[in-house]
Amino acid sequence: MAVKKQSFAEQAVVDYEAIAQSASFRGLIREKKAFIIPATFFFFAFYLILPILTSYSKVLNAPAIGPVSWAWLFAFAQFAMTWALCILYSKRAAKFDDIVEQVKQEAKEGGNA
Amino acid sequence: MNGLAFFLFLVIVALTLVITYYASKRTKTTSDFYTADSSLTGWQNGLAIAGDYMSAASFLGIAGMIALAGFDGFFYSIGFLVAYLVVLYIVAEPLRNLGKYTMADMIAARFDDKKVRGVAALNTIAISTFYMIAQLVGAGGLIKLLLGLDYIYSVLIVGILMTVYVVFGGMTATSWVQIIKAVLLMVGTFIISIIVFAKFDFSIAKMFHEMKTATPLGDAFLNPGNKFKNPLDTISLNLALVLGTAGLPHILIRFFTVKDAPTARKSVVYATWVIGIFYVLTIFLGFGAAAFVGHDNIVAADPAGNMAAPLLAEALGGDFLFAFVAAVAFATILAVVAGLVLSAASAFAHDFYSHILRRGQATEKEQMLAARWASVGVSVLSILLALFAQKMNVAFLVSLAFAVAASANLPTIVFTIFWRRFNTTGAITGMLVGLISALLLVFFSPNVWSPQPGAAIFVGEPLFKLANPGIISIPLGFIGAIIGTLVSSKKADEKKYTEIVVKANTGIGRV
Repeated sequence: MAVKKQSFAEQAVVDYEAIAQSASFRGLIREKKAFIIPATFFFFAFYLILPILTSYSKVLNAPAIGPVSWAWLFAFAQFAMTWALCILYSKRAAKFDDIVEQVKQEAKEGGNA
Repeated sequence: MNGLAFFLFLVIVALTLVITYYASKRTKTTSDFYTADSSLTGWQNGLAIAGDYMSAASFLGIAGMIALAGFDGFFYSIGFLVAYLVVLYIVAEPLRNLGKYTMADMIAARFDDKKVRGVAALNTIAISTFYMIAQLVGAGGLIKLLLGLDYIYSVLIVGILMTVYVVFGGMTATSWVQIIKAVLLMVGTFIISIIVFAKFDFSIAKMFHEMKTATPLGDAFLNPGNKFKNPLDTISLNLALVLGTAGLPHILIRFFTVKDAPTARKSVVYATWVIGIFYVLTIFLGFGAAAFVGHDNIVAADPAGNMAAPLLAEALGGDFLFAFVAAVAFATILAVVAGLVLSAASAFAHDFYSHILRRGQATEKEQMLAARWASVGVSVLSILLALFAQKMNVAFLVSLAFAVAASANLPTIVFTIFWRRFNTTGAITGMLVGLISALLLVFFSPNVWSPQPGAAIFVGEPLFKLANPGIISIPLGFIGAIIGTLVSSKKADEKKYTEIVVKANTGIGRV
């Protein structure tokens, strides 16, 4: 690890423009955006709907399962959502890491040429 | 004074001092001091983040709030947890790739301007200080209740211990104090929750059913709206909760303690599991306290409900469990204040001293010395402030820290990574508008002004009606950053932005 860190630091000039233009880097950004932007909009909306519903209406006070009301179910769903989106992101990120490796490899070869 | 509790306090103090001793032998460079030489694993850092985050406000405050107000207390649990998605998706990895020791490093990586670094450091110090005073005031009150020590001595004990951890052991000692505390807190919470659940025959339905008659609120206990009545205030609070975490400096510096972005991501994921499980268990703490300690007893011990969890432990498990939970609460405060001292001290020493004052020319030895003196300074200042702030409402200081973090730091962090046109002026105006608007709105809020004498700091009608400024100050922070960018004649450095995007996403060229 330490060796790898060093080699990038020592490399005097990194051509960031070239990396940014490379197909692999553009692919990385595209993949990331395709996941992060919709997921962020989703969890933000899902999260804010709960306080909005509880403060402007009483619909969530109706019982859902026995004495447990919809408000509590919605609250627990927030936990489930957070964990699910964490797992989902971890899986996607493994793919991002692979592309990052590829970008680094190409940058190294290109930079030394 | 409870002898057993006192003994367990001493055990925890001894344990943390041993850690500090070993950590101090390993703390030789500024990188050791600020980041434990980035040597933590994902699990270790995940636990340390959890330890840093589950403050006395979470453990004691939420349990008390659920016990007294039912569902509304649970809003905090939800917001504090969902906030980690913002950290995971947007902040953690780019921060690790762009920064070295402080949040200001990240912004300064794009804008090579001392002013930007200075304002970012100012935000860090402001947020850490509010948060730290809140923790110290809470600690003073708690230890006074648990051990019978005077407020002044309680604050001094906690203050001296936190200074020792940070000055001698740096980030290594701080991290391990946080890790141990996280494990202790989870164990304690788990034991209490199991006992509570057993009392309801391990039936969720039975538990909810019995809660309908267990408190003075009756049926309403299980419904939202007991504590938060104003819709805008509820939404404002929820916004600050979910967006504040990603701007809290003591959480942000935790991403520099790991070696790379994938490990930073893993630590957020682990932290999210630990914190999530803990916040689910806050239901058992709150319900249990309401059912087995009772509303009147909770309020008698502390009107804000902060003693609900220790009282519940006593009701369920007698002296030993009470002593254990009291000691855990103490460790909780130690861990959190140590993290806060470190974040404020690194902003002083690394950003102000090394980069602005010495223009990056200070030797390693001088930087180390500055970091240690800054830690002493921050500690002394916060102890003094905490002694004066004894009567202040703790929740108000914490909400202020979250609102300032969300309004002042988050817009600039987000735009630094995602907006090509963003420039130096925008970064500065964004941070200052967020900081000042959050501070002013809180100053004119019901937290500070109340027509009822004794209910707030000043007597009078509040000019701003909401308890939490988030719904106004967070958008203002973003708008400030946008307007600052658009009116400035200085053009954004496109080449620099390209470089930042590559670095943030790949870690190439990271120092």
